[in-house]
Formats: sequence, structure tokens, C-alpha cells
Amino acid sequence: MLREITLGQYYPVDSVIHKMDPRTKLFATVIYILSIFCFRGPIGFVAITAGLIAVIYLSKVPFSFMVRGLKAIVFILVFAGILNLFMTPGRELISIWKFTVTYEGAKSASLMLFRMIYLIIGTSVMTLTTTPNQLTDGLETALKPFAKIKVPVHEIAMMMSIALRFIPILVEETDKIMKAQMARGADFESGGIIKKVKSMVPLLVPLFVSAFRRANDLALAMEARCYHGGEGRTKMIPLHYEHRDKVAYVVVIVYIVLIFILRKFA
Amino acid sequence: MSLILDNVSYVYSQGNAYEKKALDGINLKIEDGEFIGIIGHTGSGKSTLIQHLNGLLKATDGKIYFDGEDIYDKDYELRDLRMQVGMVFQYPEHQLFDETVFKDVCFGPRNQGLPEKDVQLRGYEALKNVGLNEKYFDVSPFELSGGQKRRAAIAGVIAMKPRVLILDEPTAGLDPRGKDEILDMIAANHQRYGNTVILVSHSMEDVAKYVDRIIVMDDGKIKYDDEPREVFKYYKELEKIGLAAPQVTYLMNDLRENGYPVSTDVTTVDEAKSAILKLFKIQT
Ligand SMILES: Nc1ncnc2c1ncn2[C@@H]1O[C@H](COP(=O)(O)OP(=O)(O)OP(=O)(O)O)[C@@H](O)[C@H]1O
Ligand SMILES: [Mg+2]
Repeated sequence: MLREITLGQYYPVDSVIHKMDPRTKLFATVIYILSIFCFRGPIGFVAITAGLIAVIYLSKVPFSFMVRGLKAIVFILVFAGILNLFMTPGRELISIWKFTVTYEGAKSASLMLFRMIYLIIGTSVMTLTTTPNQLTDGLETALKPFAKIKVPVHEIAMMMSIALRFIPILVEETDKIMKAQMARGADFESGGIIKKVKSMVPLLVPLFVSAFRRANDLALAMEARCYHGGEGRTKMIPLHYEHRDKVAYVVVIVYIVLIFILRKFA
Repeated sequence: MSLILDNVSYVYSQGNAYEKKALDGINLKIEDGEFIGIIGHTGSGKSTLIQHLNGLLKATDGKIYFDGEDIYDKDYELRDLRMQVGMVFQYPEHQLFDETVFKDVCFGPRNQGLPEKDVQLRGYEALKNVGLNEKYFDVSPFELSGGQKRRAAIAGVIAMKPRVLILDEPTAGLDPRGKDEILDMIAANHQRYGNTVILVSHSMEDVAKYVDRIIVMDDGKIKYDDEPREVFKYYKELEKIGLAAPQVTYLMNDLRENGYPVSTDVTTVDEAKSAILKLFKIQT
């Protein structure tokens, strides 16, 4: 059950998207996110959808895997959708009992749903095709200029990569401890809220203990290998652009121009 | 009174790139009071197999019967099953959580809904049983050494008096003496209560001394399932799947190949000793 969290979960297949430089993917993702917030008109929508489908197709990651990230926010989606639908003032579309759905409400609800869903799927494509290490590597290089104004870019990237690396470990650990306590008759499901919170103690205490132990071990291991932060540190696998990245940049730029033209005509 | 596995298969992460078939058509019958060893190379599916026996993992295919009842039946209470099939996980010390060792050990019996007096009695008995010194009963489990933690964690399961006790590598990472002590303790308990014990291990040496039956796992399948002496006859095949028979098996086979007509049918050092002495007609 816990394994369904896709955040930061890499899907290992061999595809053009997987092989692309993480900086290219980051750039494309940023452009994509901007585009879903500033496009206009149905043709713009079609263009974005076509772009997304093309990338998903190229990535060879099963579609079912991408929408898994949506499951976690279904509740928020429904809730926000309903609020938008009924609370937006404007021209009446249909009226059920005391509630009125307005034309503007329907429009803003569908727009909002579209944006959220596309945002999640788009960023899932990014995380599913890029290992956490590549991702932070890309971020670090892309944000390098900010190091000049004393932003601890390397440290932030290192913290991110450690955090991302620890997610699956902690998920697995939780699973293991949960099973061990269930084998001792622990019951995580039944009972009221107080009983439920109490029943979490046998799970949370060992989990925290193990997280601290791992953190401690990792810190020691890093020190033992003379880690001293980012200064003067070289990379084992330096990032560098290939032919496919150049192609990708051209495609992204065409995409930007297209979205802008469609905005003008909408 | 038995545990029956009927053609059980299990696939991890079914339907995505991490898909992994960990069990493949397992058929098994475990009778009451047996002392069984499960042996297999790393990743052969031992841990996966035993987690089916108390319903922590649900087989992707196949059925499991406990006392003749299908445990995957809608009305079957898996929690009751877990009270009767106790499980000590690999590195069980990672599950300790309570303020004191004693309270932690009482967690299982308390979940069983026993009266408080019995809960404490069980806790006390179990801790004595695993040979933990009384002065450690009221300290935090996190202050114990690794071996002591291991004992406390095992006590936490023994205190539930399960009819079937499953231990997943209970001696991994312990020193030889601690290893023997824990295994002796488990064997003594088995003698006393007549419960079923299933012991998972990498090492034939450990297992050969205690169990009446060995199940050898290889790549999610059962390769051999027999008495130790029968299984060790296949010592050459065992080597091919990354295992080894006990050293005495090799010794006796070497002796035989070099013209000493000893019986190769021995599994422990003691048996080997008397077989060799018999050959030289020395009486002990
Ligand atoms: N949670 C999991 N998700 C995916 N695959 C898993 C998971 N747990 C185990 N596996 C895989 O299933 C197979 C069997 O694993 P299992 O843990 O049962 O082996 P084992 O015999 O207990 O090994 P060991 O002696 O190392 O404990 C292995 O190939 C392993 O990679
Ligand atoms: Mg195992």
C-alpha cells in the first residue's frame, strides 16, 4: 500500500527521455508548467495535450504509473473543483435546489482541474525518467550562478538528494516495522481516533530511531570519506549535452513560440 | 492441526518495471510439533515464504490452510492467525519501542487480550527464557547491546506462546556463543511446549544440529524437502545453488573416498565422532 507513492520514484526503462540531460528536462518542465498557466483558448489546450502525450509516449513509462501520483490528491481535486463550481458568481448555468452552477464557475473549475492534473502528470514524467541523483545534479548545475550571491546551492542540492534517497528507504522500513508489530498483534486500523493515534506509537518510535541511526551512519560515512562541502569538488560523471539535448531545446523553443502565437489568436 | 500451502506464488510489485516473482508454485505441509529449517541462498524467497504463513503477505496465486481453514476466506480473522503463528523477523531488534524492556515484551500478550496478571507473568517468563539478566528488565531497550536487544525482541514473540514459532535468521550477526545460546533456547522451548518451530537460516551447520526436516529454497521454488541426512546427500547440488552441507558431511565423504568404510549418513559432529571411533573399534 505504501509503495504506491510515486514521488521521487524512478522508473527504469531505456528511452530518449531517460537519457536526456537533467538540465534539459528541468528547463522543459519549467516551460511546460508556465505554459499550462498562461495558455489561452481550446487550441492552446490541444497543443499542450499533444506535447504531453508525445513526451509520455517517448518516455516508455506506462501511463498508469503516471496517474498514480494523482490518487494522493483526488480529495483535494474534488474539493477544490466543487468549491469553484458553486462559489463563483456570474451567469447562471443550471441550478440544483439552493445551489447554482454559474457559467464562470464551470469554466474556472474545469480550468483549475486541468491545471492541477497536468501539473502532477508533467512533473511525474520528470521524476519517473530522472534518477534523484541526476535530478539534483541538474538542479545544482542550473542554479550554480546563485552561488555567487552566497546561496548554498551545493548544500541544498546535497540535502535534496539525501532526502530523496531516504524516501524509499523509510517507506520500506515503515512497511517492515508495521509487519513486525502486526505479527505481535498490533492493530492499526480499528478503533477511534485516540486509539488510532496510540497505536501509531509502536510504529513511530522504531521508525524515528532507525531514521536517526541511518542519518548518523551516513554522516559518519561522509566524514570518513573527507566530505567537506561543495568547494573544489569535481563530479564523477560531469553533465554534458548530447545531440538529443540540442534537438530537445529546439523543440521546447518551438513549443514556446507556438503557445505564444496561440495566445494571440485565442 | 497443520499448515498447508497449496501451489502458492507471490510476485512483488506486480504490473510494473520492478516486478519480481519471489515464490513460484510452493506446495508444503507442516504438521504440528515439527522443527523445520528453511535454507536458501540470499534472495531465494525464504523471508517472502514465511510472511505468508501468518498472512502478512497475500499470495498472488494459490491457497493457504491453517487447521483446515482457508486463511484468505472473507470471514477469516487474520489477527487471530497472527496470535497463533508468531514471527520473529530478520533483525527483530528494530521493532523495539517501549520505555522498558519488560513493557515491550508485554506488548504482544497484551494485544492478545489476556488479563494483566497473565500478561506480566508471560513477559517475565519469556525474558527469563531467553536468558536476559533481570537487571535489564527495567531499562530502555535502546540501552541494550545488539545481542541483548535480539533476545528481548525474541522474548516479545515467545511471550505470546504461539503454536507455530517462525524465526527469520535469529542469529544473524551474533557471536558464535550467542548464536548457540539462542538456538539452544529455541530448541529447549520446542522440547518443553511441543510447538511447531520454523527456523530460517543461511547456515546448514546451525540447522543440522536442531531440526528434523530441512526445506531448501532456490529461486522461489522448493528444491529439497526432507530429513537433514537425506538432504545432505545432495551436497554437490547444494554447492551449485550457493549452499554447503555441514563440514562433517564433507569429512565423512572424504574418508569414504580414501578407503575408510564409514557411514556418510551423519549430520552432527557427535555422530561423526562415534562413527569414526566405531571404525577403529575404539569404545567410548
Ligand atoms: N519488498 C520487495 N519488493 C520487491 N522485491 C522484493 C521485496 N522483498 C524481496 N524482494 C525480492 O524477492 C526475492 C526474495 O526475497 P526474500 O527477502 O524472500 O529473500 P531471502 O531468501 O529472505 O533472502 P535473505 O537470505 O537475503 O534474507 C529477492 O529477489 C528480492 O529481491
Ligand atoms: Mg530474508
